[in-house]
Amino acid sequence: MTEILTGAQALMRSLEIEGVEVMFGVPGGAILPFYDPILDSPVRHVLARHEQGGGHMAEGYAQATGKVGVTVATSGPGATNLITPLADAYMDSVPMVAITGQVPTTAIGNDAFQEAHTWGISMPCTKHNYLVTDVDEIPDTIAEAFHVASTGRPGPVLVDLPKDILTAQMQWHQPGRTNLPGYKPSTHGHARQVSAAIDLVMAANRPVLYVGGGVLKAEGEVELLRFAERANAPVVTTLMARGVFPDSHPLHLGMPGMHGHYTAIRALQEADLVVALGARFDDRVTGDPASFAQRAKIIHVDVDPAEIGKIRVPDVPIVGDARLVIEQLDAALADAQAGSRPEHTAWFEELSVWQRDYPLEYDQTADGPLKQQYVIEELNKLAPDATIVAGVGQHQMWASQFWKFERPRTWINSGGLGTMGYAVPAAVGAQVGVPDKTVIAIDGDGCFQMTFQELITAAIEKIPVKVVLMNNSSLGMVKQWQRLFYDERYSSVDLTTHTPDYVKLAEAMGCVGIRVDSRDDVRPALEKALAVEDQPVVVEVKADPDEMVFPMVPAGASNDDVIARFRDLPGQP
Amino acid sequence: MKHIITVQVENKPGVLARVSSMFARRGFNIHSLTVGPSVEPDQSRMTVVVDGPEMEQIVKQLRKMINTVKVTELAPGEGIEREVILVRVSSSAAQRGELLDAASIFDARAADVGPSSITFEIADSPERCNDFLSLISPYGIIELVKSGRIALRKDGRGESHPGAAAPSGLKAIGS
Ligand SMILES: Cc1ncc(C[n+]2csc(CCOP(=O)(O)OP(=O)(O)O)c2C)c(N)n1
Repeated sequence: MTEILTGAQALMRSLEIEGVEVMFGVPGGAILPFYDPILDSPVRHVLARHEQGGGHMAEGYAQATGKVGVTVATSGPGATNLITPLADAYMDSVPMVAITGQVPTTAIGNDAFQEAHTWGISMPCTKHNYLVTDVDEIPDTIAEAFHVASTGRPGPVLVDLPKDILTAQMQWHQPGRTNLPGYKPSTHGHARQVSAAIDLVMAANRPVLYVGGGVLKAEGEVELLRFAERANAPVVTTLMARGVFPDSHPLHLGMPGMHGHYTAIRALQEADLVVALGARFDDRVTGDPASFAQRAKIIHVDVDPAEIGKIRVPDVPIVGDARLVIEQLDAALADAQAGSRPEHTAWFEELSVWQRDYPLEYDQTADGPLKQQYVIEELNKLAPDATIVAGVGQHQMWASQFWKFERPRTWINSGGLGTMGYAVPAAVGAQVGVPDKTVIAIDGDGCFQMTFQELITAAIEKIPVKVVLMNNSSLGMVKQWQRLFYDERYSSVDLTTHTPDYVKLAEAMGCVGIRVDSRDDVRPALEKALAVEDQPVVVEVKADPDEMVFPMVPAGASNDDVIARFRDLPGQP
Repeated sequence: MKHIITVQVENKPGVLARVSSMFARRGFNIHSLTVGPSVEPDQSRMTVVVDGPEMEQIVKQLRKMINTVKVTELAPGEGIEREVILVRVSSSAAQRGELLDAASIFDARAADVGPSSITFEIADSPERCNDFLSLISPYGIIELVKSGRIALRKDGRGESHPGAAAPSGLKAIGS
């Protein structure tokens, strides 16, 4: 029996076939035909207040669940508002499918109302994109879009659908097999490379596993733990990988990079072997790349061949899925070791001296200004199993440093693009994906002011996210750079203390608003916030405006020149 | 040193825009780029001339694109390389004879002869094309257009196997 559907209905059905359970978006003229069949579909649509919000919600959902996030926008301004989340998802390899409306095919190119060249604009910030010009192609295109978004190195895919294609009729057919002759992501690593890698592992005296977001995306945490323990090799987890290896594990040295843990930074610099697993030698990790881990041989495992050799030429490159390759490495290592685990005693002694001498530190006095680090640690005690979503700035760095991450997908942030305003919408999306978990956004006041309107979405949709709003009355991270590198000449970083009134603002949006400004009130305020289950909550923390994030590797400097602590700055007592 | 990359791409709308956008975004310098049909009916073939040092990343970034089917490198000397040039050179009636003589040495054809100029066409290796241009430039080159370079791997050099079955599209063209 043949079944006639409109393009819009075929699109809806294709999304259902992909197992989509929720979409985040905003309707408008060109995408209107698609909003009608949504009413008849079991797929939930969350109405965002801004397309950027909808895009970050889809990202947060994807990061919390590992599934493909779906966002919907209309043509023109709807689509251009999506560019930031697309670029963000592209940088952080987040699987996402964006559906955008487009002006009718007959109008394309004529500067029609709400026309933007979405396909062209989104090309450099998507893994792949489509402009559908034939209604019959909708089922296959959607299947292909999900396939591309979720396989290999995941990423965002945009499908642009002109209005006349959405209203045209087609004879429904099931999507066929994807036909992408040039797209074959690698899975297993090359056996010869694996054995070359194991030769290096066996010979190493000062190994470090440099673990990136790729391991998390590949769900390789079990294999990683086994391999690290077998190799008896210390582990560092990048900003994108926090949680993939337990912070409580004795082999874990913490996060490397510009604001990483001192020992993690130093260990990479002093290593004789760095095993990069799903990591891309980002400048925020390497500092000046020429002086990064200079004495180390490099094994580089990545599913994306273009990452290998892009920044640092490895001694042993292995292209493949991080989980599968780590499994191969572990099996080969077990054979090579034949039961004798290396001690690396001298290496661990050295590491423990750095750990002892350079712990993270801050000073919270009973009546002094509130330190964000203290608030984060208190929150961690109260909600150790929470999923933490961060904005971008000092608060993000402190959250990544001071929270004890024990499981994958409990840390969600914008690493590669560094998108202020990510936290609130991404937390909303994450909460939709993991409704039974506590999802907490740790946000800065600057970031919050970029996207707080999505709390209205959360309030109306009863998405009970918690936002801990670190109000240091300034664009803190920028202020820190101006203090350290621009002679304390503060330019456009002051957000003022009392405007807006965040408690009133929270209440106006249908959230619970709580303010805390002294140490002893922190715990009760957080407890109160965590007890709210049916509404979003904003806890405004009046935080010290002068606190700075350390350790710090100044931009472009060598990791050897890391400033471990405030008191190590020149001129400090 | 110039290297040549040939790229087999799915013949989908906008694929040239994708490739050139990637080059622009990654800051790769390309010397020339040509596109045209290939032996596979639904694929196009691009020939890209690039400077050596960036070669490896360029090839990897091309392979990473979803619509690229095959990317092959030709090191200097591995390929048969051709360019087409149309060049208008000023020529009085008196100079015509010597110019036509010079052209015949290079197998360049006079495509158009006017009262004050001759337009030559030449299709040859980049070196021969350049030699021809140097030879005629003293007469005064008025206008010049060059195609991008195209190239095929020489038989027996590296990747392609002359004995292997012809690609299916080839039969389609032959029949
Ligand atoms: C969209 C965007 N604009 C500008 C920046 C540059 N930037 C990085 S951190 C920062 C300050 C963030 O301020 P806030 O949210 O208050 O966080 P804090 O650093 O104070 O914790 C700015 C402006 C950015 N990362 N993203």
